[in-house]
Amino acid sequence: MDTIFALSSGAPPAAIAVVRISGPKAGLALERLVGKIPAPRQAKLGRLRDSAGALLDEALVLWFPGPKSETGEDCAELQLHGGRAVVEAVCAELATIEGLRHARPGEFTRRAFANGQIDLLQVEGLADLVMAETEMQRRAAVGAAGGSLSRDVEGWLSRVLTLSAQVEAALDFDDEDDVGGLGPEFESDINDLAEDLHDALAAPQAEMLREGYRVALAGPPNAGKSTLFNRLLEEEAAIVSPAAGTTRDVLVRNIALGGVPFTLVDMAGLREGTGDVIEAMGIGRARDELERADLVLWLGPEGEGPDGAWEIEAQVDLPGHETKTSPDFRLSAVSGEGIADLWQSLVAEARSVMGGLGRTTLARRQRELITEATEALSACEAGGDLLVAAEHLRLARSAFDRLTGRAATEDMLDALFGRFCIGK
Amino acid sequence: MRSYDVIVVGGGHAGCEAAAVAARMGARTALVTFDPETVGAMSCNPAIGGLGKGHLVREVDAFDGLIGRAADAAAIHYRMLNRSKGSAVWGPRVQADRKLFKAAIQAMLAAQDNLDIVAGEGEDLEIASGRVAGLRMADGSLLEAPAVVLCTGTFLGGRLFRGEERFDGGRIGENAAHRLADRLREAALPLARLKTGTPPRLNGRTIDWANLERQGSDEEPWTMSLLTGRRVNPQVFCAITRTNERSHDIIRANLHRSPLFTGAIGAAGPRYCPSIEDKIHRFADRDGHQVFIEPEGLASHLVYPNGISTSLPTDVQLDMLRTMAGLEQVEMAVPGYAVEYDHIDPRSLTAGLEMRSIPGLYCAGQINGTTGYEEAAAQGLVAGMHAAAAMLGREPAALDRSNSYMAVMVDDLTLHGVSEPYRMLTARAEYRLRLRANNASTRLTPLAVAAGCVGADRCDWFERRAVEAERWQQMLGQELLAQELAEGGLPVKRDGGRRSIADWLRFDLDLADLRPWLDADLDPASELASEVEEDARYAPYLARQAAELRDMRANGAVLLGQDFPYATIPGLSREMVERLSASRPLTLADAERVRGITPAALAAILVHARRLGEAA
Repeated sequence: MDTIFALSSGAPPAAIAVVRISGPKAGLALERLVGKIPAPRQAKLGRLRDSAGALLDEALVLWFPGPKSETGEDCAELQLHGGRAVVEAVCAELATIEGLRHARPGEFTRRAFANGQIDLLQVEGLADLVMAETEMQRRAAVGAAGGSLSRDVEGWLSRVLTLSAQVEAALDFDDEDDVGGLGPEFESDINDLAEDLHDALAAPQAEMLREGYRVALAGPPNAGKSTLFNRLLEEEAAIVSPAAGTTRDVLVRNIALGGVPFTLVDMAGLREGTGDVIEAMGIGRARDELERADLVLWLGPEGEGPDGAWEIEAQVDLPGHETKTSPDFRLSAVSGEGIADLWQSLVAEARSVMGGLGRTTLARRQRELITEATEALSACEAGGDLLVAAEHLRLARSAFDRLTGRAATEDMLDALFGRFCIGK
Repeated sequence: MRSYDVIVVGGGHAGCEAAAVAARMGARTALVTFDPETVGAMSCNPAIGGLGKGHLVREVDAFDGLIGRAADAAAIHYRMLNRSKGSAVWGPRVQADRKLFKAAIQAMLAAQDNLDIVAGEGEDLEIASGRVAGLRMADGSLLEAPAVVLCTGTFLGGRLFRGEERFDGGRIGENAAHRLADRLREAALPLARLKTGTPPRLNGRTIDWANLERQGSDEEPWTMSLLTGRRVNPQVFCAITRTNERSHDIIRANLHRSPLFTGAIGAAGPRYCPSIEDKIHRFADRDGHQVFIEPEGLASHLVYPNGISTSLPTDVQLDMLRTMAGLEQVEMAVPGYAVEYDHIDPRSLTAGLEMRSIPGLYCAGQINGTTGYEEAAAQGLVAGMHAAAAMLGREPAALDRSNSYMAVMVDDLTLHGVSEPYRMLTARAEYRLRLRANNASTRLTPLAVAAGCVGADRCDWFERRAVEAERWQQMLGQELLAQELAEGGLPVKRDGGRRSIADWLRFDLDLADLRPWLDADLDPASELASEVEEDARYAPYLARQAAELRDMRANGAVLLGQDFPYATIPGLSREMVERLSASRPLTLADAERVRGITPAALAAILVHARRLGEAA
């Protein structure tokens, strides 16, 4: 197996740059660079030299022999001075050692997973963490990567097991007078658990957090959507011209504000019966976008926007142009008036929908399995056929097992590894 | 020197089934026993079946095994346990007359072609070129065979305990197989000790029956074996009494004389069948425990008090008994005792119960760490079938957790091992709704026929049954109008529409309610009717389980094999490597069930299995 290395801190220049090495030759690499391997898990100052003996950097060196390391393999960590030249020189030197190569994206995590150091839910969390671009994404991912969701699931699983044990005892030992039937607390325990699962489902959706809170700008042609879009982005992202129907396709931009990720969508004017085929295609996509959006900013005639859309009076700078009697926001994309208010409200709304900071998110796969378990529990009645109750509890257990990867279906692992390769 | 295809050591429930199935399949078979007179003896309670255990009896019966038919021949009391619940957990159980049971087993074995009963002590395995070549007898003679099935029960290194007394043996008054145990230890087989116990036997003439609550035999005419036409013996009643504070005081005052508490017995006993001293010690808050008073036979005055197995000294046993209602004047015929015996770690066995390290050596029954006649019989069937199939170059029936309790048990034993005697429970079967006692024939007899385990009589019977089953299926597909049913007095809404009979069965109706609409010659009270009725009732769950099983089979396709190098996976803890190396799961799906294997470890195993696959 190759030994891999990579810069695992942010892009230089920075105060410190951390280079990690993992694999059978990690120790050899340290010997080559520093001269000797330091004591395990203790930071040691060392002089890094290339094969010709020239000093590369003075750095903190750490040694983590496997299997008690992050990847389960021998690992080393070099904390360098964070200049670009230093990092490049050290990496170039590492690459000259036979059997060492640059890590591919996500490879450290893959190895940790492959060596049984972390479970499926933690990998999913780590994948999100690596890709997190905003504070909100990072906080959400850090919990999962640290195993908080795994612990939750273990807790739920043990509660279902207790319930199962009661049903099984009633089924297999009822005739032996030492075991009674199901007590009244059985039903309330089930309800409590179902309620906790329900709460868990209120956690932010990983997809939303990953892709951003999706805000679509909609309205008839020439309502000022693209001007507002650009003003919100504070960049000339869309083609803006006074002629109707200029935005032929859908424009999507990602932006973070107040630690919250947003996806802003500008789309063709919603106008029926146009003769222009390209524009008609653009409108078809625009309708899809309205469906997909978490929130629509409506710039068209008052009351004609989709349900739940925010009414925007966008052109207060044009004298006599005000057409809405009670819009949610009055603003001018041209002068910038009212834009800050709109942003503030968007951030507040997005935060409340995404469940706020600090909660671990749930990915679709996780959400589906927790829903499956919740439904199984809801169908479980103490007074009905005990065999059916036992079967529902078994289904709930099976959903949890698939959630943690205890029931390691290959399909799911394939999907996961696929994401690691393609995602970054 | 005589030569056979299969030699079975031991004439208990495992040994008899192993020998009988091998012979039915056409293998030249020898059954070796200390004393042919004891073949088919019931060492402990005079009952066959029960929760989970009844399923095993029906499954062995579906393979044309002996235990179900012998139980019917000996039954003097029938009781369907758990009848108030769904039929998937009904537990058919009979009180069996010991003499009649033994006689029935011996008669069936005597009538079996290809089978010799050999009296004597098997002393050593003959091994040649790393595999079994035969059995060396204590008299020096050699029985040659490429397959030996060990069914030694509690006789392997058996030692009996009663108060301060100690005896050698597997049952009171009989020898133990010490020499064989010594040789197995020398062969470095993974042996350990387990414990079980039996209660005193009472003189029924000294019991005050009039003062005891009675429990009669079931009215319904069901039988243990579906081939038994009708019940043959007069039915007797059982009775119930209870222990009380006075009994508990006596036991507590003498715990220091029980080998279970003095440390004389270190081995674990069955949690599901604890001794009375254990019950009182562990459930100190209870003021009484039920005791079933079960007759041992029509022509015997012996009575078996079920629920008070004990190894207390004889005098304490008698004092304790006489505190109970109805037993104030009771006399003991034989005091209870505990037995400690050798068993092998079943994780060293394959799914065919063959020792991985010694090809040709099979083990079945208590030697594998189980308790119970039914568990033993089912393993005997599995081991005998695999041994004979290997010798005859045939395929054994493919049993798995989704088609039989037998496979659930074998899978549990070979993957998890045992820390106490293993008893069957319906809770152990995840596909319980499919695995009912009443559909055992449908599930298994076709597999058994294909594997050559079934005699001509049962083949004929099964063919006739298949024809009738087909008729039922057609019948259940027929549609009935709600209005018709309502007019016939059934509690359905008139506007309930048109549904198949199978669908109507999910609306709190049963086949008996629908009798006027059924073909007159189809009996809604028959065994087959109850099976199709339950299938219809649980249809949505059965369909979902079937889908789940398809997924699982796709998963099972990740092969690990016998030689998977667990030790080379960097992240697996030493404990996990030991467990996996001991049970050698064949597939990833099997590895999931090995205890203590974490999800992270499973993923690691999968990744390494793929790497090995790519490298190959």
